Amino acid sequence: MDLTIASILGLDGITSGAIYALVAIALVLVFAVTRIVFIPQGEFVAFGALTMALFQTGKVPGTVWLLMLMAVVATLMDLAQALRDRWGVARFAREALRNFVLPMAVALLAMWVAPMQPPLLVQALLTLALVTPMGPLVYRLAFRSLADSSSLVLLIVSVGVHFALTGLGLLFFGAEGFRNPPFWDERFTLGALAITGQTLIIFAASLALIVALFVFFDLTLSGKALRATSVNRTGARLMGISTDGAGYLSFTMASFIGTLSGLLIGPSTTIYYDSGFLIGLKGFVAAVFAGLTSFPLALAGAVGVGLLESFGSFWASSFKEVIVFTAILPVLLWRSFVDKHHEEH
Amino acid sequence: MTRFLKHTLAAAAALLVSSAALADITIGASLSLTGPGSGLGIPMSNGLKMWPATIGGEKVRLVILDDATDPTKGVQNARRLVSEEKVDVIVGSGVTPVAIAMSDVAAESKTVQLALSPIGLPAGKDAWSFRMPQSNGVMANAMVAHMVKNGVKSIGFLGYTDAYGEQWLQALTPLLEKAGIKILATERFARADTSVTAQALKLTAANPDAMVVVASGSGAAMPQLGLVERGFKGKYYQTHAAASKDLMRVGGKAVEGTFVTSGPVVVAEQLPDGHLSKALGVKFNADYEKIHGPGTRNQFGAHGYDTYLMLDKVIPIALKKGKPGTPEFRAAIKEALETTPALAVTHGVLDYSPTDHWGYRADTGVVMKVVGGEWKLEPR
Repeated sequence: MDLTIASILGLDGITSGAIYALVAIALVLVFAVTRIVFIPQGEFVAFGALTMALFQTGKVPGTVWLLMLMAVVATLMDLAQALRDRWGVARFAREALRNFVLPMAVALLAMWVAPMQPPLLVQALLTLALVTPMGPLVYRLAFRSLADSSSLVLLIVSVGVHFALTGLGLLFFGAEGFRNPPFWDERFTLGALAITGQTLIIFAASLALIVALFVFFDLTLSGKALRATSVNRTGARLMGISTDGAGYLSFTMASFIGTLSGLLIGPSTTIYYDSGFLIGLKGFVAAVFAGLTSFPLALAGAVGVGLLESFGSFWASSFKEVIVFTAILPVLLWRSFVDKHHEEH
Repeated sequence: MTRFLKHTLAAAAALLVSSAALADITIGASLSLTGPGSGLGIPMSNGLKMWPATIGGEKVRLVILDDATDPTKGVQNARRLVSEEKVDVIVGSGVTPVAIAMSDVAAESKTVQLALSPIGLPAGKDAWSFRMPQSNGVMANAMVAHMVKNGVKSIGFLGYTDAYGEQWLQALTPLLEKAGIKILATERFARADTSVTAQALKLTAANPDAMVVVASGSGAAMPQLGLVERGFKGKYYQTHAAASKDLMRVGGKAVEGTFVTSGPVVVAEQLPDGHLSKALGVKFNADYEKIHGPGTRNQFGAHGYDTYLMLDKVIPIALKKGKPGTPEFRAAIKEALETTPALAVTHGVLDYSPTDHWGYRADTGVVMKVVGGEWKLEPR
């Protein structure tokens, strides 16, 4: 191996690492606020890429039907709860606006616009608008009523949601994979390195999101409220912070980040309805590296996973996956020495 | 998922309504309608659904179960088909590891298994298992013959890390050795990989005359795009699992000029007039595309349909020896499969014998070239 090969591999590793970083950050975010190890995060990546791919072909993506279905079920659940708990009209209207009116409006808009083959950027925005509302809806359907359960219960539910979403993905997108056109077709040569515009967009988007999250959590009131919820749910509630609201917000952010990663990764590889799981798993390795708490460490872990993957497949391509997932063992060992043991309550 | 539900419900309903019709011939299929193998399983079940309602004058009851590309589920399905549905023939699975697991149940219950995937079984283990697809060896034969004719002296190999990649390498190695073609580099990748840059670097550095990419469906385009990206300008070869329009849909201009091995059905219209599969293949393609839209033809659906052509031949013979649902009938089907003379199907000519449950002759495979986003048959 010479320097040229090492630098090409390095660039490749960091590019995949940037995507894993986005997944890892979303996992850390959701876990910190809700104690849910959010396994279906990868599904949003796949849904994002596939929705975009179907917009490309001028068809109405299956996500539209999925979103409508989820919105209807969530609203029926809201209605049942409103009757049982005697919600006021205002409260029900607020929930219905979030769980029904907004998703339905987006879905109808997508149905209307899709056959017109709008420009790439409009398709990307529509994709974000379609897949992002699924995050809060997943929270409403699967997790909200269990929010106070132990993290083991939440983990099991999260595995269930993962299987459900993968199955629905197969139903709505079909078994074959798709590849999207790049957003920016430019190529820059830097010595032996060929950097594509898409790579630059991936770096820029990842960095921008990390900075935005840092600002959000440290400088804004709702960010601080989220952090407070993650420290102590009961305490936060006593301070007038809505833990429900925190759950919705973190899931919205997670699905937004997931969809964005899907849009970013779509042009560089073929995405299938079940591709999200492996991407999510690699993001999870990175998140574990950060002890599911720290954003900068998650970023470092993700870049590490990306590099390990790219150099691993150069030296021993048959064992690439083995190398990446074995790396989690020493990390777990190290974490169990570094972290104090937390009592599960 | 709903399709699976529909089939189970239909099967359950059929079971309730038709206790009088129990003498009908029952064919049970376990296919990968969900999971990573669904790209193969869904077209296969489309092929099965094109069967007519009767075979050899007897009504046929077709039970299709989903094995979710999971060997455990496949074995459960096979057991259920044998013990509850009392099937006369097991069809499937379309994915190698699942079909291998199911072969034990077939042998144990003495029921013929028509596997829709090229399963490699140790000698003696395949007494009740017959394969509908060509072996990788048959396909590799066509590929290597094409390489020799076009002056390829060395290749690089980029294949799946799973059984499909491994079996292709094993099939290719002796043939290449005999033809004096060298394998300069062997690299692996997985369908879900986000990039093959590292493997492509190594392969292009070895600078072979041609690259052999072993992958399936739309997954076959990504590795080739990686190699094109790294500037490899030689010939590209793809295997028969890549012989669907998904290769061009995902690969676009980059897969232009690629050579792909395949069963003859995909280019049936371009076959020479004397070819035994031509008429069958043309009819199958027309029927399939009438239901699923133009350009949807594929080998996998054809395997499902070939199963019918085969059963249509052997069931009338077996009916003379026993009633459907009895062990005698099942044994007679096996005997008929092994003894009837060669039968032309859409994929070539099948000729099973008591010692050969693969059936296809070594010259069955064809090589196609991607020209203008369409398949073009390469002259032999």
